[in-house]
Amino acid sequence: MREIIIIVLSAVLVENFVLTQFLGVCPFIGVSKRINTALGMGGAVIFVMTFASAITKLVFDYLLEPNSLEYLNIIAFILVIASLVQFVEIVLKRFVPPLYKALGIYLPLITTNCAVLGMALMGIEREYSLGATVLFGLGAGLGFTLALVLFAGVREKLEENDIPESLKGFSISLIAAALVSVAFFGFQGLF
Amino acid sequence: MKAGKILTNGLIKENPVFKMALGACPALAVTVSAINGIGMGLATTAVLIGSNTVISLTKKLIPSRVRIPAYITIIAGFVTIIQFLLKAYLPELDNALGIFIPLIVVNCVVLGRAEAFASKNSLRSSIIDGVGMGLGFTLALFIIGSIRELFGEGKLFGFEITANLFDPATLMILAPGGFLTFGIVIGIINKISASRVEHKGCSACPMPCDLASKEKEVKG
Repeated sequence: MREIIIIVLSAVLVENFVLTQFLGVCPFIGVSKRINTALGMGGAVIFVMTFASAITKLVFDYLLEPNSLEYLNIIAFILVIASLVQFVEIVLKRFVPPLYKALGIYLPLITTNCAVLGMALMGIEREYSLGATVLFGLGAGLGFTLALVLFAGVREKLEENDIPESLKGFSISLIAAALVSVAFFGFQGLF
Repeated sequence: MKAGKILTNGLIKENPVFKMALGACPALAVTVSAINGIGMGLATTAVLIGSNTVISLTKKLIPSRVRIPAYITIIAGFVTIIQFLLKAYLPELDNALGIFIPLIVVNCVVLGRAEAFASKNSLRSSIIDGVGMGLGFTLALFIIGSIRELFGEGKLFGFEITANLFDPATLMILAPGGFLTFGIVIGIINKISASRVEHKGCSACPMPCDLASKEKEVKG
């Protein structure tokens, strides 16, 4: 139990993918203008990361490692993630239309989200068990969502402020992200 | 297009990081020192030249419906090669860059150039474009890396620079310093250039992580 909590909480807070490891900065800046869209994107990422962590782990353990093909992991994982995203999209569209409506437009954006591939590679590198890998994937997704939603809140406030002309847009978003990132440093050394 | 024009296009006019706001993840993550920035930039350049070459050569063979998976597989192949070369010959750099070497696969700069340039242009132009864009990326990472190393450690390329001038602010080489430096550099570029740098998601990328373009597509 203790181990479960440590894996999930440290992936969410201590080593938050976006704010301490810079994984998935592109969607973090791109999809954080409103809290609603941030929640949608976050949901889709949690969904895909949890599944992707399990499948990449299985592919690595039962397909790549026994045949000493570990060096193909980058190619194998990116193909797994790309087809998983496509598959999830089709299944949701067919069987769970309300969920598809909520997450659908975010799903195709996830393949090139480096947080997903990064999570898969890190899970293998740390030699987590299957269960731990799934928890790690879930935690990473939750952490991504937390960062995204918090930051969307900050940006909604930013819009009402008077910002110097040359800092407007992308620039001030990054500076605001720096401050949110400082806040997450408070979690360092939690465990 | 003239070779020189393609080259400077990537370096300055359409600099992938400073002008197009692409590849933000590696631009923030590995730029804790000038040398890491250059290393990451050159590794990406090598992948970019390789993938541009192969994609330009095979542009007539790849059916357009499966082109994106095909591009990603080609890019992943080159990334694997570069990773092995780094592990063998520059293990220290490989350690410093860590997971961001395999993540070149999902770098929007590489996939973006495959889709926007190499799949439409001649072999020669594509190679030059790979060199130009790659060096532009390297230049950007080098600038961010130098600023962070200088203020964060008081060093440049590992040499003491500001020994008695000020106490280095460690924050600059940590995560917040990355966001802060990148934000301020973009602000300065906005100030001195005519047009403002906008984060276009990855609109140069065939699979944009930008919502607006996707919303249009879904809603038709």
